[in-house]
Amino acid sequence: MNGDPLLTLMIFIPLLGMAVVLALPSRAHDLIRWTATAFSAPPLLLAVALLVRFQPKVEGFQFVQRAPWIEAFNIEYFVGTDGISITMVVLTALLCFLCMIASFGIEKGVKGYYALFLLLETGMLGVFCALDFFLFFVFWELMLLPMYFLIGIWGGPRREYAAIKFFLYTLLGSVLILVTILYLYFASDPHSFDMTRLSQTAHVPMNVQLVLWTALFIGFAIKIPAFPFHTWLPDAHVEAPTAVSVILAGVLLKMGTYGILRVNYGILPAATLAPAWHGKSLAFWLLAALGTFNIVYGAVCAMAQADMKKLVAYSSISHMGYVMLGMAAFTPQGINGAVLQMFNHGTVTAMLFLLVGVIYDRAHHREIAGFGGLASIMPVYTGVTGLAFFAAMGLPGLSAFISEALVLLGAWQAYPALTVVGASAVILTAGYLLWTLQRMFLGPPNEKYLSLPEINARELFTLVPLGAIVIFLGIYPTPILDLQSPALVRLNGQVQEAARAAGDRVADAR
Amino acid sequence: MGTTESLAYFHPELALSVAILAVIFVDLAFTGRAGRRASEWPGNLALAGAGVALVLTLGLHPLGVRGLLDDPTQAWLFNRMIVLDAFSVFFKVLLGLALLAVVWMSMSSREIRGQPNEGEYYALLLSSGLAMLLMASAGTLLMAYLSLEFVSLTSYVLTGFLRHNRRSGEAALKYLIYGGVASGAMIFGMSWVFGLTGAMDYAGIARGVAALDPGSRGALFLALVLVLAGFGYKIASVPFHMWAPDVYTGAPIPVTAFLAVGSKAAGFAMLLRFFHFGVGHDGVAAAAAAMPLPQLASVLCVATMTLGNLAALSQTNMKRLLAYSSIAHAGYALLGFVVFADRGVEALLFYLAVYYVMNLGAFWVVMLIANATGREDLEGYRGLAWRGGAAPALALGVFLFSLAGLPPLAGFIGKFNIFAAGVQAKLYALVVIGLVNSVISLYYYARVVKTMFLDLPAADDPAMRFTPSELGAVGVLSLATFVLGVNFNWLLRWVEVAGNVFRG
Repeated sequence: MNGDPLLTLMIFIPLLGMAVVLALPSRAHDLIRWTATAFSAPPLLLAVALLVRFQPKVEGFQFVQRAPWIEAFNIEYFVGTDGISITMVVLTALLCFLCMIASFGIEKGVKGYYALFLLLETGMLGVFCALDFFLFFVFWELMLLPMYFLIGIWGGPRREYAAIKFFLYTLLGSVLILVTILYLYFASDPHSFDMTRLSQTAHVPMNVQLVLWTALFIGFAIKIPAFPFHTWLPDAHVEAPTAVSVILAGVLLKMGTYGILRVNYGILPAATLAPAWHGKSLAFWLLAALGTFNIVYGAVCAMAQADMKKLVAYSSISHMGYVMLGMAAFTPQGINGAVLQMFNHGTVTAMLFLLVGVIYDRAHHREIAGFGGLASIMPVYTGVTGLAFFAAMGLPGLSAFISEALVLLGAWQAYPALTVVGASAVILTAGYLLWTLQRMFLGPPNEKYLSLPEINARELFTLVPLGAIVIFLGIYPTPILDLQSPALVRLNGQVQEAARAAGDRVADAR
Repeated sequence: MGTTESLAYFHPELALSVAILAVIFVDLAFTGRAGRRASEWPGNLALAGAGVALVLTLGLHPLGVRGLLDDPTQAWLFNRMIVLDAFSVFFKVLLGLALLAVVWMSMSSREIRGQPNEGEYYALLLSSGLAMLLMASAGTLLMAYLSLEFVSLTSYVLTGFLRHNRRSGEAALKYLIYGGVASGAMIFGMSWVFGLTGAMDYAGIARGVAALDPGSRGALFLALVLVLAGFGYKIASVPFHMWAPDVYTGAPIPVTAFLAVGSKAAGFAMLLRFFHFGVGHDGVAAAAAAMPLPQLASVLCVATMTLGNLAALSQTNMKRLLAYSSIAHAGYALLGFVVFADRGVEALLFYLAVYYVMNLGAFWVVMLIANATGREDLEGYRGLAWRGGAAPALALGVFLFSLAGLPPLAGFIGKFNIFAAGVQAKLYALVVIGLVNSVISLYYYARVVKTMFLDLPAADDPAMRFTPSELGAVGVLSLATFVLGVNFNWLLRWVEVAGNVFRG
C-alpha cells in the first residue's frame, strides 16, 4: 500500500484501542477510561496535522491510500479526503476525544462502553474517508452495532425500544443504499466501486438514475433525519447516554447530508440536475421542501417539549433543515453554508447535549418546568448554557449565524418563498430557546436544588474547546471556508458539467 | 470407470464405512460389559473417522480442480453411478467439516454424553454423514434416491434419539411422516422422468429432455415439480418446510445442527446437479424456454425467505427460532439457484460455506447454554452476559448478527454475493424482497441479543461458568466469522473452481 498513511492510522488507531481496552481487567475502571481517552487522542492530533498539511487549492483527493482488497469484485481499500470531508473528519476526531472525557461518569460495564465507543469512532472516521463504495458501506454498517449497544445498554428507561428502532430504521436505509451500490457496480465498465470515478464509468439510463437517486436519498434522509423519516431520532436521543447523544447529533446526522453530497450529487449528477419544474430539478425541490419543512417542524416540535433533551433533539431536526436547504440551492453560498452548518451544528449541538448531561447528572431529571433560577445557583453553568443557546439561535458573532446566513443568502436566489419561511423560523427558534432559558435559569430558584454543585472542571474541559470554536468561527470563519470552498465550487462545476454531458448523451441517442 | 478402479477415488467414503463398523464393534465389545469407562471410545473413534475422511477428501481436492484426469467421462465412478468433480469435492469438504464438528459437538453435549446407547448414536451419525457424501455426488436418479433415503432414515432415528423425551419422539414421527410423503412424491416424479426420457443417469436424461416432443413437456414439468418436492424437503424450503420447526426443536441439539447445516447443503448439492445436468445443458435457464421453472423457483425463493422470517419473529424457543431462520436462509440461497448462471451457483456455494460457520456456531452456543442451564427458551438467556456467560453471549451475538448480514461479518459477504448475483441477473424485485427480509430478520436476531445483553438477570437466574475447552470451538467459529467477513478471496476462488463444473 502506498501513499500517506495518515488517514489509515486515524481510522484504525481507535480499533487498536478497542483491542487494548478489551484486554484490560474489567474492574480497573480508571485505567480503562484513561486508556480509551489516550487512544482517541492520536486521531485528534492527526486531525490537526491533517488541517495543517491539507492544501485546499489542490484539486481532487489528498492523503489518498489505496490497495486491492477483494480482487474478484475489484474492491479496494481506498481512503482519501477533500474539502467536503475534511471538516467532518476533524469534527469526528474532536467530538470523540471530548466524549471519552465526558463519559467518565459511566459506572456500569465501563470496559464494554469504551470498547464500543472506540469501535464507533473507527466506523465514523471510516465513513468520511472511504472512497470505495463497498468500503464506505462496510464502515457505514459498522457504526450500527456499537450504536445499538450503546443506546440499548447504557441508555434510559425506554432504551431497548429506542435502540431497536434506531437499528431497524437505519438498516432499512442501508439496504436501499446497498441495492444502489450493486446496481452502480454492474452498470459501470469496468465493474468497480470507485466512488471518485463511478459518475463517469457507470452508464445508467435517466429513469433508472432517478430511482437510484431516490433510494439513496431515502437511505441518507433517514440518517439526517429528514421528515418523515425522523421519528427514531427523538427516541434515540432521549434514551441515549449523554456522550452517545453528542456523537449521534454531532456526527451521525451529518452522515446523511454528507452522503447526499458525496454520493447523490457526486455519482448521480444528471439525476440531481434533471430539470422538472420552474427550472429546478425534482431532487432540489424535494430537498428544499423537506429542508424548509424540517426547519419549521423541528422548531415547532421543540417548542412543545417539556424534556430538555427532547427539545435539543428536535432543534437538531430543525437545524439540519438548513443544511438541506443550502444543498438544494446549490449556489456557492448555499452549499458553502450547508457544509459549514454541518460543522457548526456539530459543535453547537454537542455543547447543548453535554450541558443537558451536566444538569441531568445532578438533578436526575430533565424536566424544564422542574427547574428555576438556576442562574443564581450555578452561574458558570448558566453562562456556558447561555453561550450555547445563543449560538443555536444563530446570534451574530457566533458560528451558526454565519452558516445559516450563508444558507439563506444562497437559497434566496433559488427559492425565495421557501427561504422566507425558513428565515422566519428563526423567530420560533429564538422563541423556544429563550423561553427555556427563562424557565430554567431565571425566576425564583427551586428550593430542592439550592445545593446543586457548580459545573466541575472535567465538564468544563469538554465544553470550553467547543465554545472557543463557536466564538472563533463566529468572528472569523475564513479559515474553514477556505478549507472547504474550493472543493465545493469544484463539486458544483463537476455536477453541472456531468449533467450537461449526460444531457448531450440523451440528445445524441435521440 | 469400473468398480475396482473407482475405489481409488472413494477413500473418504471407505474410511467412514470402516469407522462406522469400528464404532459398532467397539460398542458391542466393550460398552456392555466394561461399563462407563469404555463409553469414551465410540465418540473418539467417530471423531477420528470423520477427521480421516475429511483429510482424504481434501486430498481429492487437487484432482477435482484439475477436472479429474482431465476427461469428463472419467469423472463418473462406479459405472456412472456417482460423479467426482470439483463441485462434489467442494460439498464433500463442507459435509466432512460438518460431520467432524457435529461429532465434536456431540461429545460435549449433555444430551448425548453418557447415554446407554451412545455407540449407536455415533454409528448412525457417521452413516448419515456417509450418505450425505453420496448425495453430493449422486449422478443418477437411482443413486440420488438411495442416498437421500439413506440420509432420511438415519436422520429419523437420530431425531428420536432421546428416548425418554416425548418431544424427541414426536419430532421423529413427524419427520418420518413428512419424509415419507416427500420421498414418495419424489420417486413418483422420478419414475415419470425415467418414463419420459428412458434414462437414469443425468446425462441420459438431458439427452432425453432435448429430444422430448413438445406435447410431453407438461408431463415433464409435473414430474420435475414432484422431484422438487423431495429436494425441497431436504433443504427445508416452503412449502415442504413444515417438518423443520418441530424436528429442530425436538431433536438433540447436535443433530439439529447437523440437519440444519449438513442435510441442507447435501440437498442443495443434489438440487443443483439434477437441475443442471438432468434438465438441460444450460440448467434452468435453457429449460425456461419450455417450462416456467425459473418462475417456480422465484416463487419458492420469495415464499421461503418471507415465511421463514415472519414466523421466526414470534418464536420464544431458541432452537425453533433458529429453525425458522434456517428456512429463511434456504430462501436466500435459493436466489442463487434462480440466478444459476452469472455467478448464481458460486454465490450459493459461498453462501452455504458461510452459513455453515455461523449457523453451526449459533447451535453450538445454544448447546453450551443448554448444558449449563438445561434451558432452550429465550427466557433462559436473560442477562446472560451479566451472569458469567459473557463469552458465549458475545459469540452468539457475532453469529446472529452475521446471520442478519451485518458487515464486517461473513454473513454480509454471503448475502452480498447472492444479491450481487441477483442484481447482475436483473432480478431486482427478488433482491429488494431479499433485502427487506434481512431487515425483518434483524428484529428477531437482535431480540436474542437484547435478551442476553440489554436485559438484566433476575434474582433466581443461575450464574454460569464456562471453561476455555468448552468455548474453544465457539471461539474458532466466531473468529472464522470475522475472517471470512474481511478476507474471503480464497473462498471466492475455490467456489469459482467448484462452479466451473457448470460451464461445460
